[in-house]
Amino acid sequence: MAIEVRNVGKRFGDFVALEDVSIRVGDGALTALLGPSGSGKSTLLRIIAGLEVPDSGEVVIGDQDVTHDPARTRGVGFVFQHYAPFKNMTVHDNVGFGLSVRKRPKAEIGERVAELLSLVRLDGLAERYPSQLSGGQLQRMALARALAVQPQVLLLDEPFGALDAQVRGELREWLRRLHDEIHVTTVFVTHDQEEAMEVAEQIVVMNHGRIEQAGSPRDLYESPTNEFVMSFIGPVNRIGDAFLRPHDIQILPESDGSGTEALIERVVHLGFEVRVELKLHDGRDIWAQVTREEAQQLELSEGQILSVRLPAPRVFSS
Amino acid sequence: MRSIALGYLALLLLAPVAMIFYRTFEHGLTPVWNSVTAPNAQHAFWLSLEIVAIAVPLNTAFGVGMALLLERGRFWGKGLLGVLIDLPFAISPVVVGLALVLVYGRTGWFGNWLAGHGIQVIFSVPGMVLATAVVSLPFVARETIPVLRELGTDSEQAAETLGASAWQTFWRVTLPGIRWGVVYGVVLTTARALGEFGAVSIVSGRIEGQTQTLPLYVQDRFENFDSTGAYTAAVVLALLALATLLAMNLLTRHTRRRTPV
Repeated sequence: MAIEVRNVGKRFGDFVALEDVSIRVGDGALTALLGPSGSGKSTLLRIIAGLEVPDSGEVVIGDQDVTHDPARTRGVGFVFQHYAPFKNMTVHDNVGFGLSVRKRPKAEIGERVAELLSLVRLDGLAERYPSQLSGGQLQRMALARALAVQPQVLLLDEPFGALDAQVRGELREWLRRLHDEIHVTTVFVTHDQEEAMEVAEQIVVMNHGRIEQAGSPRDLYESPTNEFVMSFIGPVNRIGDAFLRPHDIQILPESDGSGTEALIERVVHLGFEVRVELKLHDGRDIWAQVTREEAQQLELSEGQILSVRLPAPRVFSS
Repeated sequence: MRSIALGYLALLLLAPVAMIFYRTFEHGLTPVWNSVTAPNAQHAFWLSLEIVAIAVPLNTAFGVGMALLLERGRFWGKGLLGVLIDLPFAISPVVVGLALVLVYGRTGWFGNWLAGHGIQVIFSVPGMVLATAVVSLPFVARETIPVLRELGTDSEQAAETLGASAWQTFWRVTLPGIRWGVVYGVVLTTARALGEFGAVSIVSGRIEGQTQTLPLYVQDRFENFDSTGAYTAAVVLALLALATLLAMNLLTRHTRRRTPV
């Protein structure tokens, strides 16, 4: 089901959490709400779920205005940041909870739970308690629990935030594939631009309770409409009012006078990527991103003076 | 440090209690048996249990409800309500008893009206239940509020998004999550209710064989120079309290094994 949020505003006391926010999420899409903490992204997600009531504006799911409906009738699956497991219940009872409160027969619940546990690869752990699961397993249990009631939309609040880097990577890829499989309209909140770029089809960038820009990951990276999006999505160098991407800075083989003179202050090897910190002849600090091969070919070393070619910088009118 | 703590405990609690046990059984079992089976002792025992059986469930329901209100609710005057709940701790039970007599007695505000409808509160069981409930009021709420706070609202909200009604959420998610706090509150309430003397002493009128609870009976025996009777009843009281604590211990251990938290 498509989700439409129209002109939503929300305050907590004096703090403006959301101001005139409108977004559209297409049926079956996978969308990320991306922004720094305090940007209002979680509040927006909770308003879509019905866990917060907006001060103004509307929320439409499918073709129904659900602005004043309670969370329990909205048909949303919500995965909480810290998974919110029911600690006194087994994995089986956690996942079956939504069906059990709907008074479905035991046999049906058992069947559906088994199906879901195998979907999230937790077969064999049905009789465990949440305290006996790892973070990644809890995450998947929470997801199975949300999917059990066949929600029209799936909402995830910082789904990978509390996991260690390796598990996070695996789960991201897995969530992507799961979405391809079950095709439920999905919105997730994240503060990690890499995660948003990797998982989402559409990204909504938020800041200070407003939407800065919405679009595909590529759109946002290649044509940011303002400096916030430019600097939040991908690395940037800032020179006065101008912005340039570190990988657009070209390091020339020798000081032939065609570029700008620069001094290498530091070379940081990050695997495939090499980060070169430079001081330009006018004293400004910038950094360039080159590949391992380029760095080897150019024989970059600290203290070396060479010349660089700067691309046309991007300037945003403010 | 440890020996000071233990010595303090021994002087204040262990020695006096041990002394009572010693005095009770110093002339053998026959006088003890006679004291326990005396009709007034029997009556006091069952009356105490009856009052506890009514007052404790009432206070449990009230305490859990109050904890939910204070911890989850948002309303004006919440801070004041939180203070009011603790009032029974601050007021002397004797004052509670007197206040109840003023309100529910023959000449009190409601007393006359109630008497007109054939309900006698003061000098009878309803008044004693009332007095017991008042003095043991804060325990369940006070023990439940911190665990409720620790539980947080995430799992309740999760239940809500999964389609559970407020009622289902309470019984299946909230209550299991706070059960240790509630159980502990119930145990404290029971212990306090069993031992209540001051407030009950005033509202009961201390009518032998009618409105005499176990603590009142202990005092009555003591005043009538029946030391064996007094000590025996005191031991029964102590054993009841001990049984309450043991019951909680067994209950929590049994359930904890089944559901690791």
